[in-house]
Amino acid sequence: MAELRATEMIVPNMHLLTIHAPEVAKALRPGQFVIVRAEEEGERIPLSVSDWDPAEGTLSIVFMNVGGTTNTLAKLPAGSRLPTVVGPLGKPTEIDHFGTVLCVGGCYGIGSLYPLARALKLAGNKVIVAIEARSSFLLFWEERLAQVSDQLHVITRDGSKGLRGHVGRLPEIIAGCQPVHRIITNGCTYLLKRVSDVSRPLGIKTVVSLNPIMIDGTGMCGVCRVTVGASTQFACVDGPDFDGHQVDWAELLQRRMQYVREEMRVYRSSRGEEAVICQGHGHD
Amino acid sequence: MTEPGKKKLDLRRREMPKQPPEVRRRNFSEVALGYPVETAVEEAQRCLNCPKPSCIGGCPVEIDIPKFIQCIAARDFVAGIRVIKEKNCLPAVCGRVCPQEEQCEEACVLKKRGGQVAIGRLERFLADWEAAQGEVEMPTLPPPTGRKVAVVGGGPAGLTVAGDLIRLGHAVTIFEALHKMGGVLVYGIPEFRLPKAIVHREVEYLRRLGVQIVTDFVVGKTRTVDSLLEEYDAVFIGSGAGLPWFMQIPGENLNGVYSANEYLTRMNLMKGFLFPQYHTPIKEHRRVAVIGGGNVAMDCARTALRLGAEVRVVYRRSREELPAREEEIENAEEEGVVFDFLTLPVRYIGDGNGWVKEMECLKMKLGEPDASGRRRPIPIEGSEYRMAVDAVICAIGNSPNPLIASTTPGLEVRKNGTIVVDEETGKTSRERVWAGGDVVTGAATVILAMGAGRKAARSIHQYLCSL
Ligand SMILES: Cc1cc2nc3c(=O)[nH]c(=O)nc-3n(C[C@H](O)[C@H](O)[C@H](O)COP(=O)(O)OP(=O)(O)OC[C@H]3O[C@@H](n4cnc5c(N)ncnc54)[C@H](O)[C@@H]3O)c2cc1C
Ligand SMILES: Cc1cc2nc3c(=O)[nH]c(=O)nc-3n(C[C@H](O)[C@H](O)[C@H](O)COP(=O)(O)OP(=O)(O)OC[C@H]3O[C@@H](n4cnc5c(N)ncnc54)[C@H](O)[C@@H]3O)c2cc1C
Ligand code: SF4
Ligand code: FES
Repeated sequence: MAELRATEMIVPNMHLLTIHAPEVAKALRPGQFVIVRAEEEGERIPLSVSDWDPAEGTLSIVFMNVGGTTNTLAKLPAGSRLPTVVGPLGKPTEIDHFGTVLCVGGCYGIGSLYPLARALKLAGNKVIVAIEARSSFLLFWEERLAQVSDQLHVITRDGSKGLRGHVGRLPEIIAGCQPVHRIITNGCTYLLKRVSDVSRPLGIKTVVSLNPIMIDGTGMCGVCRVTVGASTQFACVDGPDFDGHQVDWAELLQRRMQYVREEMRVYRSSRGEEAVICQGHGHD
Repeated sequence: MTEPGKKKLDLRRREMPKQPPEVRRRNFSEVALGYPVETAVEEAQRCLNCPKPSCIGGCPVEIDIPKFIQCIAARDFVAGIRVIKEKNCLPAVCGRVCPQEEQCEEACVLKKRGGQVAIGRLERFLADWEAAQGEVEMPTLPPPTGRKVAVVGGGPAGLTVAGDLIRLGHAVTIFEALHKMGGVLVYGIPEFRLPKAIVHREVEYLRRLGVQIVTDFVVGKTRTVDSLLEEYDAVFIGSGAGLPWFMQIPGENLNGVYSANEYLTRMNLMKGFLFPQYHTPIKEHRRVAVIGGGNVAMDCARTALRLGAEVRVVYRRSREELPAREEEIENAEEEGVVFDFLTLPVRYIGDGNGWVKEMECLKMKLGEPDASGRRRPIPIEGSEYRMAVDAVICAIGNSPNPLIASTTPGLEVRKNGTIVVDEETGKTSRERVWAGGDVVTGAATVILAMGAGRKAARSIHQYLCSL
């Protein structure tokens, strides 16, 4: 049982939760995630952590309302109790002095990028942050990210702020701060794939935080398996970070879709309306 | 009580009523219904109360079998359950899932005459009888010793250690990674074979005895063993063997190819069979192939069948070598599971949209016995054929999860991930750290895990008393 201390819709359909889970907060490292159950009959869903405070014993999560569980989470008032918040799970993201690191975030990944950028900055890197959204009103945490980065770039699909387009415009940002030694990217699968596609010809190592379907998050069930290079890896324990140039993206995208039809049933009943699945927020 | 010499041998094992196959293949209620009182008493009266009972030697935890059976014969069920509980804290579980046919019942003298006493069913009878009485007898606890033990994992091994140590006056906390206690008993073994209410009852009993239970806590992640050692006098690792094996053949990551753990966890722990009331989805499949031949494979097959699929168990040896319990094989057969023996899948073929559509198999023949003593399966060249499937469940085995070993420096483990311990005490290579159950032996049985827990508890107790 973990208490929900605060909840806030930070942009339409995107929510920020602050959860009291002292043991987890004490052990967290950037790049890790927790598994949450929203109610007793609920499923276990993985959510990356966007910030934490060991002294307060709290952690925060930014999530997008895309289905049954996230919709239930979105409706819970502060003071509610979550039956499960377990973690920290997954390997922390590798933090070192790399030189110049480009951190790319989209969707809920803008949230989990924040502790990464902060840690990379602390480790002495030059940190360039690029965040992407469909429109400016879907961007959040710009000031926070600005505080932990040397440069902050914004890309919007409709051009309402910053560069117009999507991560296909990253080469322009990279060109302006050569050499970039590493790219780290968080967000939905389409974004991760796009960034990897863009960086592959540039030969810059690209670390992606994958988000396959999970159940236990401890390596027990094997549902989170992904093909990386020539081997099968369990994203929950071997990852979630992998080399984006080695990931079999087609397989991952397909595996994420396994339960769409079934999940729709839960979503409809939790919301009483048609569901929109996270199909990449307008990436074509 | 009758004197053995004078009794006329009754070699008719009393049958235990079961749900008829046509009915049970459509529900998740328990298959075997348990002995009614009169049947239990009759069955108990068949026991010869041998002066040198061989059955006890067949029991890994050495329950005084003839003694509890005589209690049933004399209708003193209170005394009977007490006898069992001296040695076994999970009789309702063991009475259902222990491989008695290879253990106590195999050793019963009446076996040679074809009518071994149904010891397991009698054990189950007493446990269920006690539960039906409502109030379970609570033992009186000794004064607290002030010593604290952390137990990692809430499966049979961990539950046994906790139960034994709390009764010796030590404070015990169990840390369990999942949100429910019970280990494989709740996430693996299906409801129709072991109702979860039974496991829950046993866990509640430990809680009432004063065992602290912390779920949603992954040792090695939330806190390490070393960090627990700062707070506790001793740590017991009973984290089981929960890392699923795959066959490493092409197509294994296609949608519709599951590990047994995924399939069973969705169904049991997450109650997928009650979807959408419970939110963890499970697909409706029409043709399911289960790869493997152990209890896990039988459980997957019978679960898939209950969800309406046509199910085939694909096993590379013959029926004789099936490692599953005979009773469960028969149950599966009766329910309509089809077995393809001497068959080995070599690749899975997709439908072009990422879903498994077919499975290519090779036929096998049996050669000379191998290291396991069973005849080695040999592929028959050119025997490839395809089987249409829309789901495959891979139930070929598990090994221990490396999470704890990789975060506990100095803990000696074998190549296969099992923890090295002293057999008699369960002591690991680390000071103040014990281990037992599947994490030490690899996937084994409930009763062996409990036996290991008992030995470790004894050794931990000795250590705590020496402080
Ligand atoms: C390591 C990791 C970190 C994540 N971090 C975040 C985060 O910080 N914020 C955020 O909004 N989302 C995050 N996700 C994705 C999040 O887990 C899914 O959006 C969530 O599970 C959807 O559940 P639902 O019941 O609301 O929707 P559903 O209707 O069940 O599913 C919608 C879609 O989400 C995906 N999904 C469904 N179930 C799961 C599951 N059990 N595990 C993973 N994906 C699933 C599927 O692609 C599905 O099509 C993360 C995923 C992973 C693996
Ligand atoms: C489907 C299936 C059917 C079976 N049928 C039978 C049968 O009929 N008869 C029989 O005798 N045996 C059967 N077995 C085997 C039997 O269930 C196991 O041998 C037994 O449960 C082992 O007990 P254990 O306590 O060692 O481990 P487990 O039961 O595996 O319990 C280990 C527990 O530790 C937890 N854990 C793991 N890692 C951590 C961590 N890092 N931190 C905290 N907690 C952790 C796990 O979540 C789990 O709850 C079956 C097994 C399966 C999978
Ligand atoms: S060996 Fe069989 S007959 Fe003899 S005491 Fe044991 S159960 Fe009874
Ligand atoms: S989520 Fe089960 S193994 Fe990764």
